[in-house]
Amino acid sequence: MTTAVVVFPGTNCEHDVVYALRAIGEEAELVWHRDTDLSGFDGVVLPGGFAHGDYLRTGAIARFSPVMTEVVRMAEAGRPVLGICNGFQILCEAGLLPGVLLQNRDLKFICRPVHVRVEHTNSILTRAAQEGQVLEIPLNSYEGNFTATDVAHDALEAEAQVILRYCSPAGVVDTAANPNGSVANIAGIMNPGGNIAAVMPHPERAIEDVLGSSDGKIMFESFAASLEDANV
Amino acid sequence: MEVTVTVRRRPNIADPAGAAVSKALRDLGYDAVAKVRIDRTIALTIDGEDPIAVEERVREMCERLLANPVMEDYHIEVGP
Repeated sequence: MTTAVVVFPGTNCEHDVVYALRAIGEEAELVWHRDTDLSGFDGVVLPGGFAHGDYLRTGAIARFSPVMTEVVRMAEAGRPVLGICNGFQILCEAGLLPGVLLQNRDLKFICRPVHVRVEHTNSILTRAAQEGQVLEIPLNSYEGNFTATDVAHDALEAEAQVILRYCSPAGVVDTAANPNGSVANIAGIMNPGGNIAAVMPHPERAIEDVLGSSDGKIMFESFAASLEDANV
Repeated sequence: MEVTVTVRRRPNIADPAGAAVSKALRDLGYDAVAKVRIDRTIALTIDGEDPIAVEERVREMCERLLANPVMEDYHIEVGP
């Protein structure tokens, strides 16, 4: 099982993601955004950073990078496709996930650990977790304010596609625990099939106790378990 | 041909930057300011003679890249 970790110009979390995957015994390789063949890979991660400088809108130019044709193919084939932070923004721009990430409510770049509650465990990001489990993961973004039309948001809720919400350390989801203004405290979502998922905080920065939290590991373990499945 | 595209957020989509500027203006004493929205202007120079064909082309660019249909509307002005 090998995971492709895509590098766009401006991506800056790719090595952390590769490290996190290897730390749990998975194989991972960096691929350049101009690569047009991911046939040797079982899953793909779009890591965080500022792809193409975030010019125009976050993810707007990245979604047209040549590699995205392959990302869409893998997504449609049911392979695990994970977006983290900037990768979340790219998946939304590509139309693989609904909604859009706007500037944070208070126009501040947020860089601190936050708590997220696992809402559903049927995604490539949460299947190794428990429903209701609270995870501490660092948030590191200026455009992390998840927004969707009422219709799109209602659909996400109705189809149980919201997999993570910002919450208090005790797991209470309320306005006080919402760092960036995201609608309904949404921190992570998935597609109806559960093979495409995205999360705004950075699980790759929470995989060892020395980093302050190892809660992100469970997300990579979820991803790894999904790689096995997709090959059955 | 010079083309100006104005991209603006839909009225029902939050504009935190506009809200911040609105508050700053009111803090400066401009109490009459009820609302501020910040748009984006994109100036394009495009080869072409036929304004209608150019506008059609730019509309396609807006749909594909320049605007995000989830949250933005756009306005195209071809000329002079």
